[in-house]
Amino acid sequence: MTCDNWREKLDAYADESCPPEELAGLEDHLRTCPACATEALARIQSRRMIRAATARYAPSPEFRLKIQQSIRANEKPRGFFAKRAHWFPALASTAIALVLLAVAVTIWTRHNASEQALAELLDLHVATLASANPVDVDSTDRHTVKPWFQGKLPFTFNLPELQNTPFKLLGGKLIYFEHEPGAQLLFELRKHQLSVFIVEDHSPLSLPAAATRAAHQNGFSAETWRQSGLRYTIVSDTSPADIHALGELLRAAAGS
Amino acid sequence: MPHFARLFNFACWLAQDRAVAEELVQETYMKALKGFPSFQQGTNFRAWIYRILRNTFLTSQTGLRAQLSFDSDEDAVAEPAAAENPESLLMARVRQEWIQSALEALPVNYREVILLCDLEEMRYQEISETLGIPIGTVMSRLSRARKAMRTLLGAQTKEVAL
Repeated sequence: MTCDNWREKLDAYADESCPPEELAGLEDHLRTCPACATEALARIQSRRMIRAATARYAPSPEFRLKIQQSIRANEKPRGFFAKRAHWFPALASTAIALVLLAVAVTIWTRHNASEQALAELLDLHVATLASANPVDVDSTDRHTVKPWFQGKLPFTFNLPELQNTPFKLLGGKLIYFEHEPGAQLLFELRKHQLSVFIVEDHSPLSLPAAATRAAHQNGFSAETWRQSGLRYTIVSDTSPADIHALGELLRAAAGS
Repeated sequence: MPHFARLFNFACWLAQDRAVAEELVQETYMKALKGFPSFQQGTNFRAWIYRILRNTFLTSQTGLRAQLSFDSDEDAVAEPAAAENPESLLMARVRQEWIQSALEALPVNYREVILLCDLEEMRYQEISETLGIPIGTVMSRLSRARKAMRTLLGAQTKEVAL
């Protein structure tokens, strides 16, 4: 098959809908053809960018409550179970089994969700590095960057004074992470760029409570922590020690 | 409430109006609740509830207006005339808000298939179940939708460069 033939299959490949019988052949070709591999990567990246751009609207807490109330009002009457008391022993043991299963699933889901959340932030960082316009507010002055977010975010945050540190602020932009608006701040350290993501911390299934981890498969490292109701995550290809140093500056600024 | 936040986001993109989206989501859950006995266990719940939302949208006033853009002949949907850029070059230069405005400018049948595939990460089979169309149509519609989107993004990139 020629490259043109393989390229017709790249959309399905990037969309994870490639027929199993074609997948092995296509992946073999991608390993040996840099041009097709680049095109496949671009399509995967394009999908990720669209996903990041379209996770835009979040329901208000009032609307969530309204729907919950509507559902409760439409549920079966309370007497339903009272007429079926003889089912209770069997139901109780089933419920215990379900609770145990739910605990196991929750633990697994949290781990999996944390992995996905970090991967999503890594994607945002990579997309920023690849972009010709990496930031929407382009300034090294924290007194310019922080006010730019006013009215755009439902929270505020402090930026550290970077004088006498090796870090330099490059700017920031608005992001959407798990359907919530957040800030992405870009810093520079000896030609390495570091993204700091700040979002509201009310998603128990997203990132771990505190973690420093290296994503060895692609050379990026990440550090994440909770502070004052916000979730901070730093992603960069610089060393975990450098990331931690920036984290310390941010933690001190947030605590001041 | 399964899929609540995602359904709301999808409804906002379809209706392009937050208040209308809230009505759509509320009606979807009420219909799902009433129709749950007819849901076949073992089949795809997400495709089922998204199908309810989409049908609710298409029969709403906003949906009926939006359908005028594609109801007659899918192949005849107008695509912007600007030249298409290679994806690898184009996507490196676009901004998030350009993607959003390009998506808003697409006809609703293109917008929904991109959202189901790229945002909801549905595979072709699941999109086919949600939209009630064959997989081949999913693939061709997705291809045309992406081409139209690339053209819109290319035009925006050029506009800024000038």
